[in-house]
Amino acid sequence: MKTGYKKGKARQRRELAIRVGFFCVALASITTLTLIVVFLFMEGLPIFSKVSVQDFIFGKYWYPTDDPAEFGILALIIASLTVTAVASAISIPLGVMTALYLAEVCSARIREWVKPIVELLAALPSVVIGFFGMVVVAPFLQDIFGAATGLNLFNASLMLAFMSLPTICSISEDAIFSVSKELKEASLALGATHWETIWRVTVPASISGISTAVILGMSRAIGETMVVLMVAGGAAMIPGSLFDPVRPMPASIAAEMAEAPFRDDHYYALFATGIVLFLFTLIFNMVAENISHKYRQVGAATL
Amino acid sequence: MKSKYFGVLVLIMVLYYTTNAVWAGNIGIKGSTTVLPIAQKVAEAYMKEHPDVKITISGGGSGNGIKALIDGTTDIADSSRFIKDKEVKQAVENGRYPVPFAVAHDCIVPVVHPSNTIDDITMEQLKDIYMGKVENWKDIGGPDRPVVVISRDTSSGTYEVWHTKVLREERVFPGALLQASNGAVVQAVSNNKNAIGYIGLGYLEENVKDLTVNRVRGSEETTLNGTFPISRPLYMFTSGWPEGDALNFINYVIHPQKGQKYVSEIGFVPLY
Repeated sequence: MKTGYKKGKARQRRELAIRVGFFCVALASITTLTLIVVFLFMEGLPIFSKVSVQDFIFGKYWYPTDDPAEFGILALIIASLTVTAVASAISIPLGVMTALYLAEVCSARIREWVKPIVELLAALPSVVIGFFGMVVVAPFLQDIFGAATGLNLFNASLMLAFMSLPTICSISEDAIFSVSKELKEASLALGATHWETIWRVTVPASISGISTAVILGMSRAIGETMVVLMVAGGAAMIPGSLFDPVRPMPASIAAEMAEAPFRDDHYYALFATGIVLFLFTLIFNMVAENISHKYRQVGAATL
Repeated sequence: MKSKYFGVLVLIMVLYYTTNAVWAGNIGIKGSTTVLPIAQKVAEAYMKEHPDVKITISGGGSGNGIKALIDGTTDIADSSRFIKDKEVKQAVENGRYPVPFAVAHDCIVPVVHPSNTIDDITMEQLKDIYMGKVENWKDIGGPDRPVVVISRDTSSGTYEVWHTKVLREERVFPGALLQASNGAVVQAVSNNKNAIGYIGLGYLEENVKDLTVNRVRGSEETTLNGTFPISRPLYMFTSGWPEGDALNFINYVIHPQKGQKYVSEIGFVPLY
């Protein structure tokens, strides 16, 4: 009787210890992330005592080391957005259609082979993709399309599409694959063809998962640094065509931070660029969260 | 008698070790980001030979380095330009007399793709190209191809030379492709037959073609005799004639077989 009581006490204590332990771990990671955000804002906000927010975001000229310096990141913002948009235009159709093929059309054996290969693409280091863009794609674009330089918006978008493709494909495939058999069987039983079932039943049922995949892929593209640093060209101007060089925000931060004097205006401006970038990815992730809640299927077909 | 000698010996030894401990202090180096790699490389080698000496190096730009020297917060100031009159005056007011040591030369050569037929370019043409006024190579006697301008990130020391010597403080036009390193410029130029870029002399490779500027080819010789227009000496300044470790270090930097060897290794032009 007594030992049983003791055992119960010990178990309770252990439960408590585990609960506290997990709480501490969770707290540590959340605190670290919060502190990083606080640091980002602390190091970025001082620039706005020199430049107004409006001039910073809508200023067309980025000459951070001139005297007097100009800190306008409109060209960088537009570069980031266009690169992401073009990359998405390439990777979303490819990714989602590949996912549909893998989940619905192809045989189980092909799926077993192809899916790991697609996921393996995600393991390619970005610097390798960047190098590929630099030495293979850039000369190709110059020779075939007659672009003045192969290091341009299109090249960067293509490489980013490669990078976000595995994310989009793999997550959408999971979503599509998890659509319950009952739904599909019901559709087929009602006389719908395979294609009609895919288009009218499977895709709508998994749309929340697909949207999440798309947005996660896009936020990977907008935050990617190495690839755009290597292949986007790095000209801080508003692009006039697909083949103009651009300078997305992450590339600018990575290239200049090393040589910007500590706590100088330039340093603050780079952190402020980081804030803008952070806000963009934050918005992307919030939209993804929102969509996955809004279109969440009640019942079997949820991701 | 014997004990007396012994006492003197002890005294000498004590003196030796204590003064040594005092001398074996730190050398602080601060200033130009252009000179920074030289200071780092040479300091590493120096510390390997003299493990008792600690050298701390920081960047911050030539102006900041000289300011630190004036305030007495650094032993050696790196600078990619000569000290200004105003700065000398401030230093003297603080009771410090800056002494310059040229430690290396910086020589920046314009490079194009090997297939480009242009061999020579003038400083004015370079300026026009980098301001975006020349859009086709045929405007300056080359083939009928668009000009792709490749520049360095505006915070690099190499850009600084270009900015003062070639652009004469004018801005590079926004359409220029900015690359993060000398190596990246070589890579970009060698892959693009329309491109023009500029690199430190030490980074010149077979797969790009260097242009003569005003008919002078950039080389160690033309840099040292001052005929190549896009070059400059790099300095280390000390406050007063250096003593102790600072003197040893400066001597090490300008030693032909020691410091200067590293200078050419990292792409600068050595003094001799």
